[in-house]
Amino acid sequence: MPDIDLSASPGAVTALVWMAFATYLCRAGGFWLMAHVPITARVRRALAALPGSIMISTVLPLGVKAGPSAIAALVVAVLVMMRWRRDIVALAAGLATLSALRALGV
Amino acid sequence: MSEAAGRPRPFVSRAGMMLGIRLSAPFLPGIIVFGSAFGTSAAQKGLTLTETVLSSALVFAGASQLVSLELWRDDWDFASVAAISLLVFTVNARMILMGASLHSWAGSLPGRTLWPSLYLLTDANWIISERYRREGGLDFGVMIGPGILFWFIWVFVAVPGYLLGSFVEDPRRFGFDFVMPIVFAGMCVPMWKGRQDLFPWLAAGVASALTAALFSGYAFIVVGALTGALTAAILPGADDA
Repeated sequence: MPDIDLSASPGAVTALVWMAFATYLCRAGGFWLMAHVPITARVRRALAALPGSIMISTVLPLGVKAGPSAIAALVVAVLVMMRWRRDIVALAAGLATLSALRALGV
Repeated sequence: MSEAAGRPRPFVSRAGMMLGIRLSAPFLPGIIVFGSAFGTSAAQKGLTLTETVLSSALVFAGASQLVSLELWRDDWDFASVAAISLLVFTVNARMILMGASLHSWAGSLPGRTLWPSLYLLTDANWIISERYRREGGLDFGVMIGPGILFWFIWVFVAVPGYLLGSFVEDPRRFGFDFVMPIVFAGMCVPMWKGRQDLFPWLAAGVASALTAALFSGYAFIVVGALTGALTAAILPGADDA
């Protein structure tokens, strides 16, 4: 077992505390913001579309960037979810597709 | 989605926390693999073990922790602390929208419960919460329970990752790098509410793909999601008086 350095430099701890603060601003900021926005019909429609829009905006660019095997895995996950509505089954099918295609060099 | 006065109130219960933990099962392998992979990367970048564990415990947001290693250094001044904090903020800015989305569900919880528990918000328990809420659930424990579990696992697995190297030699081989996108893709299915989603989702897809093609970094999630939400706001809706 090599010697383990258990120290932490003051500068590093300062940076980590500020990074954590920046992250908490993100975690809590949306809640804080929406407490100050009047909920009109338009805002309600925007909020209703938000979760799906976040998912699409995460999945699509990452899939395009990662290539055909990743896109195939995403499509399989959607199809399995449409058929069985079980997220763990969709994940398993997506992962199986991805690792199989990667093993084949796709 | 009515704002009527008789609207059921959100609450937090132990049963809800346990339910959330059960629903979090699909995410656990990915969290274990990536939490340990962060430990390995941090060791390679020259962080001490304490600094590595502190990063996982304080920041508790995997993608931003990994990206922040690119700006890690031995000597810190005001400018370098500001730069790394800003980078972390941009990578995590998607959580602002996730919180905004959850607000109409859980915003009326007492602040002493709500504000501390938001520290535990991650992609995984956000998506668990959105689906549970879509099915009519009111128990915010479904967000908190998995958040607590994820935090302990995330902090714990950084240690063997740091000391021994990654659990899985090549996470790519089994697709572990792609767990979150695959789950998100599957979750689009129960999130689909019908034709009113078509144009917002199309707009979100086009805007996010264009942003990702034109700019490096993580702006594509926020730009795409805001475009989708704005499209829904602009389009005439059934609930317009």
